[in-house]
Amino acid sequence: MFTKLSARDIAETITIRIGYGRYDYKVIPGLYCVGNPTPDSPVIVTCNYKLTFDMVRKELDGKDAWLLITDTRGINVWCAAGKSLFSTEEIILSAKTSRLNEIVSHREFILPQLGATGVAAHKVRKGCGFKVIYGPVWAKDLPAFIEAGNHATEEMRTVTFTLRQRAELIPVELFILGKPLCIIIMAAFLLSGIGPDIFSLSAAWTRGLAAVCATIFGIIAGNMVVPLLLPKLPWKQFSPKGALTGVIAGLINVMIFSSTLGMGESLALMLWTTVVGSYLAMNYTGSTPFTSPTGVEAEMRRVIPILGGAALLAMIIWVAAPFMG
Amino acid sequence: MKDFRYLDGVATLILNKEACIGCGMCATVCPHRILEVRDKKAKIMDFDACMECGACAQNCPTDAISVTPGVGCASYIMAVWLSDLTGKKVKSTCC
Repeated sequence: MFTKLSARDIAETITIRIGYGRYDYKVIPGLYCVGNPTPDSPVIVTCNYKLTFDMVRKELDGKDAWLLITDTRGINVWCAAGKSLFSTEEIILSAKTSRLNEIVSHREFILPQLGATGVAAHKVRKGCGFKVIYGPVWAKDLPAFIEAGNHATEEMRTVTFTLRQRAELIPVELFILGKPLCIIIMAAFLLSGIGPDIFSLSAAWTRGLAAVCATIFGIIAGNMVVPLLLPKLPWKQFSPKGALTGVIAGLINVMIFSSTLGMGESLALMLWTTVVGSYLAMNYTGSTPFTSPTGVEAEMRRVIPILGGAALLAMIIWVAAPFMG
Repeated sequence: MKDFRYLDGVATLILNKEACIGCGMCATVCPHRILEVRDKKAKIMDFDACMECGACAQNCPTDAISVTPGVGCASYIMAVWLSDLTGKKVKSTCC
């Protein structure tokens, strides 16, 4: 197996990072050779998401090792572990079907630490005789981990959420929004055309444009600004962080369209941008490595009724505005 | 990760000291380093930093730790709420 990434690998990494084709980007599961492994060489286990596969093999450049790829249906280790795909049963099955016990002389393999969410080390040992050694969180620390005699420093065992990691997630977050955004854009133009003349095409266009921009500003606030400024923004809950960036973004938007918008319309759009920013910020909890599901649900119980009410209010003011003027 | 804190007092993490044999697997696998072995028993050092990933409970040989793991994104939780209302199965499309 090659441990250097080709131009195609790198090009594919970029498209996958954008979000395109990420649900079907996988390699064939099984045992792979890195360098010229012997029966004494270490065995490293990971998932069959190609982005992960590439990161791991790249780090193993110059080493002799066995790479056991399990079938996680193209999902990364941590998410697959949470969905019982990178699981105790799957690890045992992979070891058995690849006949690992006939290939290596020792009885241990290195699993990514984040796989522990789905794998019970003591059950794997009972099931296939191999001892699970939890390696570092990130593939980049694998060489240092192996060199230190399978020892991980505290740093290697801790998840991080750096500015770079947060920025890398932005394109895919935006990509996922494509479909709902199309529906919102159509609805915005339709609602904006309603007026005293039943439906006005010119109003649909001018008012609709302002409403669409209000939505886009909300997306920028919730999906870009909040992730980038995450530790700098006040409050622990995510929805107020998004509401804060959303209200600022909403203000900028109504200032851009100030010549065409009335008082009520400006208020409606600012409210809408704030709701969009706040909701998207809250949804972003699913992409962070530190928010607990119980916490997210607690926040949502408090906030969803408020956001729903605010969105409805914004829509009513927006549709009613032409009848007032 | 010290810059990143979420809600306090909500995590479902429970440690049963009597069942703990002090093997330290929970401390090894925790991605937020909130568990430590002190006097041959595991100890929760920073309860509110728990993100409920479930790695500690999964790897405890004596089931001394329990936690309710799950997916922490709003759209998934909304889908579950909706499915509770309509009785339809959840179509999970996240991560």
